[in-house]
This record gives sequence, C-alpha cells and structure tokens, in this order.
Amino acid sequence: MQPTDPRTLLTLRDLHKEFDISGGLLNQLSFARGKLRRNRATVKAINGVSLDIVPGEALCLVGESGCGKTTVGRTIMGLLSPTRGTVHYQHRRIDHLRRAARLPYRKKMQMIFQNPYASLNPRKSVAKTLLEPAEFHFPEISAAARRQKVAEVMQAVGVEAAWGTRFPHEFSGGQRQRISIARALMVDPEFIVADEPVSALDVSIQAQVLNLLKQAAEERGLTYLFITHDLSVVEHFGTRVAVMYLGRICELGTCREVFSSPRHPYTRALLSAIPKVGRGSSRHSVHHKPNLKLKGEVPTPIHLPSGCVFHARCAHATDICTARIPPLQTTASGVQVACHAVAQQRI
Amino acid sequence: MAANSQPDSAAAWFGMQCSPLDLRRWQNFRNNTRGYWSLWIFLALFTLSLFAEVVANDKPLLVRYDGMFYAPILFAHAETEFGGEFALEADYRDPYVQDLIDAKGWILWPPIPYSYDTIDYGIQTPLPAPPSSRHYLGTDDQARDVLARVLYGFRISILFGLALTALSSVLGIAAGAVQGYFGGLIDLLMQRFIEIWEGLPVLYLLIIMAAVIEPSFASLLILMLLFSWTGLVAVVRAEFLRVRNFEYVRAAKALGVSDAKIMTRHILPNAMVATLTFMPFILSGSVTTLAGLDFLGFGLPLGSPSLGEMLQQGKNNLQAPWLGITGFVVIGVMLSLLVFIGEAVRDAFDPRKLFS
Repeated sequence: MQPTDPRTLLTLRDLHKEFDISGGLLNQLSFARGKLRRNRATVKAINGVSLDIVPGEALCLVGESGCGKTTVGRTIMGLLSPTRGTVHYQHRRIDHLRRAARLPYRKKMQMIFQNPYASLNPRKSVAKTLLEPAEFHFPEISAAARRQKVAEVMQAVGVEAAWGTRFPHEFSGGQRQRISIARALMVDPEFIVADEPVSALDVSIQAQVLNLLKQAAEERGLTYLFITHDLSVVEHFGTRVAVMYLGRICELGTCREVFSSPRHPYTRALLSAIPKVGRGSSRHSVHHKPNLKLKGEVPTPIHLPSGCVFHARCAHATDICTARIPPLQTTASGVQVACHAVAQQRI
Repeated sequence: MAANSQPDSAAAWFGMQCSPLDLRRWQNFRNNTRGYWSLWIFLALFTLSLFAEVVANDKPLLVRYDGMFYAPILFAHAETEFGGEFALEADYRDPYVQDLIDAKGWILWPPIPYSYDTIDYGIQTPLPAPPSSRHYLGTDDQARDVLARVLYGFRISILFGLALTALSSVLGIAAGAVQGYFGGLIDLLMQRFIEIWEGLPVLYLLIIMAAVIEPSFASLLILMLLFSWTGLVAVVRAEFLRVRNFEYVRAAKALGVSDAKIMTRHILPNAMVATLTFMPFILSGSVTTLAGLDFLGFGLPLGSPSLGEMLQQGKNNLQAPWLGITGFVVIGVMLSLLVFIGEAVRDAFDPRKLFS
C-alpha cells in the first residue's frame, strides 16, 4: 500500500464484504459420500477495495449493476459492517465503532439515496423529516434556531421554505431529491456519499440536481463519493473516477486522464459503450477500437474467477491473468491501473 | 397554500396536524353511513353504560329530608340521619326508611331503581318474573332486574374488551416490530414460538387456569392476554419487514438514530394502518370470548353482571324467554355495531378505495 496522504479524509484499506446467501441451516446441509456436510455460499460483493478520498474532491465510483458500488457506499456509512478491511476517517478507524462512539462521525458523513420516492418517510411532513437530523445531532440548539436552519437549508436546495407542511407525495421526483439533499445538509456534513442520486430522475432534472450538488460543495466545502453508472454524469461532476468491476477497482485516476486515455481493458469497453451522436465528433476518444464490445456475461460473484476477475472477458488475457490478482499500479500519467497487460506494457 | 405563505407561520407547520390522507380516510369513513351511525350509536350506548350508576341504582339520586339535600349515590348516610334506629348505611329500598324520609321530604329515584345485584324481595310471581311495569325486562331467577344487569354487563364487556384489545395490541405490536425489524434468528425463533403458542387449546387452558386462579376482572384479563397478543404480530411483522429496508429507514440509520427510535418514529406510523384496521375485530373477539367464558361459568366472579351469565340463565329457564332474548339481542346488537364500525374503518383505510 502506498503511504497515506496526510490530508486524506477517508481511507479504505483492503475492504471486503461478503453476504451469506446459503439460507437456513437445513438448506445448507447435504450428504456427500456418506458424510453430512455443511455448504455455505457467499456473494463476494467487495473484494479488496482500497481508496483514498481527499478533501474537496468528488470521487466517482462507476461500474455496472452489481459490481459493489453501493455496497462500498453503505459500508463507508456504517450501514453494513465490512467482512475484512478497514475504514478510516481522518486517520481514525471507524468501521468497528459501536453506535454511540460512531455518532460524532455520523454528523460529518451523510448519504443521499438513489430513489427519491423511497427515501422520504411518507408519513412525515418535509419540515419534520428535515428537523429530525437537527434534533438528533444538535439537541443543544433552540427549537426556533432549528426551524430557522430548516428554512435556510430548504432555500439553499431551491425548495420554498413555506412548503414544509407538505408531505412527500405532494412533490415531484426532482423536488424530493432536493429534499433528500437538504436532509443530508442539515447536519453540516464534511463528506457525502451520493448513491446514484440522479439515476431515478428525468434527464432535464438531472442537470439541476447535479448543479445543486456542485454548488453545495463549493459553498460548504463538501467532499463527495459519487456512486453512479452514468459516465456522462461522471464527466460533468467528478474530479477523480474509480472504475469497479466485480467488487474490485480496476482503474483509478483523474476524470480527464481516465476519459481521454483509458488503460484498463474494462474501462475502455465501458467508455466505448457511451452512446455517441455522429461518428467523428466523439468527445471520448477511445484510441483502441471505435466500438469495443465485451464478450460473455459478468461472472457470478458467488464463485469469483481466479486471478484477474476480468480475465474471462478480456481480449488481452494471458496465463498470468488467470493465476495472479493484478495490483493497482501507478502508471506514468498518474492513473492507477490493475492490469497485468498494462504492467507488462502489452497495451 | 395561501395560509402558509408567511414565513412566520412556521410554528403552525411543526405542530400536530392531520395529513390530507387522514382527512380523506375520515371522509371515507363518514361516507360509509352504516359504520358512521354504528359508531355514534355505540358511543351513545357506551356513554350511557358508563353512567350506569345514575341510570340504574338501588340508592336514590337525591333525597330531601328535613330541609337538607342528601346524595346517597355519592355519599353514605346512616339510617339515624333520617331518624331511623341503626347507625348503619340506610337501606333506601326498605319501606320503613322510605316512610321516614317521605314524612319530612321526598326521594328522587334513578329511572331504574335497582342495581345489578339488588334482589327484589317484593315480587309476588314465581321467579324469574316476567316483564312488568316494576321490572321492564323482568327479573332473573334470583329476582335481580334484567335491565340493570344488562346495562352493567354491557359496560363490563366493553371495558374488558377495550382493555384486552389495548394490552394485546401493545404486546403484539412490540413483538411484531422486534421480529420484523431485526429479522434473522430472532424472527425465526419467535415465529416458531408463536406457532406453538397459538396451537395451544386456549379454551381448555382458560378453564383449567380458572380452576387454579380465582377469577376476577384483572386475573381474567391477564389470562386472556396470554393468548390474545399473537393476533397482531403477523400483520405488524410483515409491515416492518417491508419497511425496514426502505431508504428513509437507511437514512435514519445513517444519521445514527437508535433502533428503538427508528422502530417507533419511522416504521410504526406506517404499520399503524394495518393495525388499526384490525382493532375493532379484536375488540369484538374479546367481548365474545368473555361472554363465552361467562356462559360456561368460568368467567367473571359469581354475582357480576355479565351477558354470558344472562344467556346461561336463559338456557336454564326456557320458560322465561325474556332472559334469553334480552341476552341475545344485547350481544347481537353490540357485536353488529362493532363489526359495522370495523368494516367502515377497514374500508376507510383501504388504499384502493376511491372517493365515493
């Protein structure tokens, strides 16, 4: 592991998360050659993710569905506890803390959820939903000051403060997402995990919400971990991007570098999958092949492929790819790539 | 939203208020004429029975004696205060005492001058006495006024039902909430336990227990609570299982809110709809069970006014049909009202029900 930058806000080291899917005890038992055996099956959602997030950046975590992006976000927030590995916030380990000990960090870290229709309690008025974080984390503030803060934050996210009496079903999807953002901003966090905050929204609303998030970052000095599968959003929003495949990071670098010259075969395939209008006017100059199509399916995360998880679908795979897990290595351009072919300078 | 346009109306926002949804449900309930009127009739009967002491009592409401007012239903007055011989509380039904008072004042009796346990020694006909101007619904086989007993019996049935419903709801909701929220092994173990518990033959156990423990209002309540709390568990558990993975619950967890608070403040309000819908039916079920136990003679202590006991007397005295008919009509009307109310509540909370 490379030495940790002293400025680092959040550090993930060799994070693993497995989910047990083996079912009840009776389902696990089976007879094989006269012996009773207990079989357990786990989904390996994250397999050794290491990340450093520095203050002020918007690190985008991209990858296709089921690659473990959301699990990383939830593990950071403490909604899930990691199977192995650590989460450090400002160089203090937080993943093993109990509820009470974790509370000070909860105030600094907040999460915005994907589905604005499920993330607000239908039985609470907007004002009540927004008051809760303040009541919980700032019990010392007077009720009037809290209400003042609710009004301020509602103004900041572009929802009229007088609408506080309304209930979530009276708002559109975009407005609900603004309210979700307002809830996250109520505790004055430093770090926000945004789990696909715009993917459930209309394209015309997406830009508004993204601009709101950007503006909030500038005004409040926020740091984002932005989870998405939409690469055009990454380009618009991110400063750095981490590409995930089957629970591992395969490429990590600044958005500009990764988008202009992707190194990892998976990143290339992913970028070439962005629909383009017209032939020559592509802004994502993938210098490999114009239309790179991956063969096969994503392997099941229950039985991970040996070596590089991408080897079965990779055009550049050799024997070493099936045998050894490629480590993240920094290339000349500063981008970190986990690929044997890149390390051996075959591509 | 004109009323909310001033920012200084802030205080009004955060107070308790009816959501438009609740208003719509109330409107739906009102539109169900049968349920709505059942509720009012039931409330009227229940209120009347709450004041049973004023309606049916063997003590006068007011006594005027020697220029002074006395309220015997509130305060005990010795016979000597009215010029009698004994220093004990006056027996106002005694003709001797009545004559003493009438000599220097008057007596105001309740509409039914008998309490549930007043034995009328002045009846000339064989017992049970048929309805007459003296006893509007006749008497039972111990010369007690049927109407007074029905009034007190209705009250005790409803109070028992309400208490049992409230207590078993609290227990059932708590158990269902814990099961649904935590899931996993806790859920599995509790679910198996409830399945076994519900498989127990309740009536036999109640009868056996009634032989061991002296039956009283409280002991019966506890005994029946032991077996009735499982009714709501499944509904609440299902609701908690559904809601616990919603993102607003995750958001609350990400805030660090404790499990107990998430359960009570975030999930329970959503689970209450399913619960409320069941409550009138639990109430009518409790009332029926109590009447059944009383009928079998394992219910409330001897001498208590009880509808089940009335039915039993009706069964034993088929030559006196006013007993059986009264018991049947009272229980029938009471249960019908409760079921009508329950149906109206259920329909009002039904999300598929549109404005009608």
